[in-house]
Amino acid sequence: MAQRAVAIAPRWPGAAAAALVLVLTIGTLAAVGWRAQWQRGLSPADWAAIQFTVMQAMVSAGLSVLLAIPVARALARRRFRGRSALITLMGAPFLLPVVVAVIGLLAVFGRAGVVNSGLAWLGLPAITIFGFHGVVLAHVFFNLPLAIRLILQGWLSIPAERFRLAASLNAPVGRLLEWPMLRAVVPGVFLVIFLICLTSFAVALTLGGGPRATTVELAIYQALRFDFDLGRAALLACVQFGLCAVAAVVVWRLTSLDAMGAGLDRVVQRWDLRWPALDYLMIALVAIFLFTPLAMVIWRGVPGLMGLPTSIWLAAGRSVTVAVFSALLCICMALALALRGGRVVAVVGVLPLAASGLVVGTGAFLLVYQFINPARLALPITVLVNATLALPFALRAIGQAVDGIDRDFGRLGASLGLSRWGWVRIVVLPRIRRPLGFGAGLAAALSMGDLGVITLFAGEAEQTLPLAMYRLMGAYRMEAAAGAALLLLALSFAAFWICDRGGRGNADL
Amino acid sequence: MLICDKLVLQQDDFRLTADVTFGAGKITALIGPSGAGKSTLLAALSGFLEPAAGRVLWQDTDLTALAPGARPISAVFQDNNLFPHLNIAQNAGLGLRPSLRLTADERAAVERALSSVGLEGLGSRKPAALSGGQQSRAALARVLLADRPVVLLDEPFAALGPAMKDDMLDLVRATLGAGGRSVLMVTHDPDDARRIADEASLVADGIVTAPVTVSAFFDRPSEALAAYLG
Repeated sequence: MAQRAVAIAPRWPGAAAAALVLVLTIGTLAAVGWRAQWQRGLSPADWAAIQFTVMQAMVSAGLSVLLAIPVARALARRRFRGRSALITLMGAPFLLPVVVAVIGLLAVFGRAGVVNSGLAWLGLPAITIFGFHGVVLAHVFFNLPLAIRLILQGWLSIPAERFRLAASLNAPVGRLLEWPMLRAVVPGVFLVIFLICLTSFAVALTLGGGPRATTVELAIYQALRFDFDLGRAALLACVQFGLCAVAAVVVWRLTSLDAMGAGLDRVVQRWDLRWPALDYLMIALVAIFLFTPLAMVIWRGVPGLMGLPTSIWLAAGRSVTVAVFSALLCICMALALALRGGRVVAVVGVLPLAASGLVVGTGAFLLVYQFINPARLALPITVLVNATLALPFALRAIGQAVDGIDRDFGRLGASLGLSRWGWVRIVVLPRIRRPLGFGAGLAAALSMGDLGVITLFAGEAEQTLPLAMYRLMGAYRMEAAAGAALLLLALSFAAFWICDRGGRGNADL
Repeated sequence: MLICDKLVLQQDDFRLTADVTFGAGKITALIGPSGAGKSTLLAALSGFLEPAAGRVLWQDTDLTALAPGARPISAVFQDNNLFPHLNIAQNAGLGLRPSLRLTADERAAVERALSSVGLEGLGSRKPAALSGGQQSRAALARVLLADRPVVLLDEPFAALGPAMKDDMLDLVRATLGAGGRSVLMVTHDPDDARRIADEASLVADGIVTAPVTVSAFFDRPSEALAAYLG
């Protein structure tokens, strides 16, 4: 039988990686499904949590998209110094640990924050950041940049010739070109952000809480950690999975978005550029909204950095270890799956997108707690779960590169008689350094800042930096928390930068 | 001899039959209009396309079930003949040892092969630092080092200018032809065939015709060939 060019890579590592992903997603789901106390049904508090979860996600996604449209339009139309730097920086919130952003938002909108100081000076009543609007504020802070980048991509995908044609016809660009583009792009962006907001545990943990602002994930955490009510935790985990699954299927069916978006540097020449001040105002407002909290993290963090307790440094060490292992595991899995290719792998690669860290964590907890003290497994399980949750992003980058190599060089490799490992060693690895570095950096940064599954497992002795930071905030030790936030911010971005840089160095492809 | 034994190649509604023998030690030109299936035939011979029926034989050995790398065949494709991240010596060395773990003797052999195609001292360069013609030479050096009896050339010099292409054809004649290898070369330019081939074969209308000497091929053209040459 004639060989296909793609069959020259080894196959078992891909199967092993797929099995691990399936155990962590479907396996943990089976565990919560089995332990859930179905007969007891959902209490009014549970219904309130469901309602709050869906509501805040809708409002967050809606606001993010509504605000993003004029900003993306301004960025698509205008050319100015720092434009590409601004767009690059808008990719940063993806790597930004949630607790760090929350510290920044508290510094601006919190009780002793900049905004309230201003209001007090004007003699106006203070605002509070906790509760529904705080959760929404944090979600908009995180997802507005994503929405802007995705919608900007839509704008830039309109061919320049169409604008020229519209200009020569003196036709309304908005109705002819922009409105159809928005109608195609915006629903997808809304759904992606809706899904992200459904599963963002750390925001609800830090800014929500109480009977009126509890998400399903927060309720899971409380049932497991405070009440040790495993049946209820499992039941809520099933509910959370149901919410995510429905949303994920809708996203999957309706969208084909590329969040990493290349080519955002382009500026299309246009002939309908009245009102420049309005465009620049929008851009300036968004830049202020996005970068003031970050600046505050640095400003308030520096004094606290000096006097950080030893426990924080130990936690930072644990976080770095977790990030390193989880990045390694993530890119190994992504590479193995990419080399194997095919339909099953494509499905396995997106499964974690629908998985919520808390559901996976609850399942893992139920699987292990009878045999071993869960705290002892806190770090290994955090590594596994974080590597799996980052897998879709790494696989996307690496998979495309591996497919390209197969297409361009598969026949050459096969006709030379390269062995399976030889193909990987001599051809694939040197050629995918860039996406490999990018994927590793992403996984490391996401894992460094993760405040999800670790909260279910860790005691004092296993806490990672984000968890230690959260506990400092809970104890109102804000100066130490601010110092820890700066440290965590630096570590997350350094992790990404080092890996990404390593992939770029000396790569002449 | 390289034998296509009642070979039938099928891709969607495209169908090509070949029941021909290519002589050992000869350079044979495959001529025909684009889309006629010249490259498809080479893909089947090198093992990338499973035939719908029939066999491929080299001397007495049935190759049909062999993997591409296990066949006594080297191939030079239209493009992507060199790995851009490996230097020229490594690219050529792959022909000798696919694991790239070369002994000192083997490294010397690589150096000799590079000199024989006019790339002396360029072994440490990456392909991007070479001209198109030099890249073709590097691929040729790899074929020489692989030392397999059959060589398939799928228009590898199509992107070169006329003078450089003629140089490469002469080099093919001098190295592969003189080395006693059987060469199958796809081309749509009759001058290429006249320049280096011993025999020529027409690929048109879903059929590969038996090769005849180049002079007979062009002096007494078949109806299909006359239609192609115009």
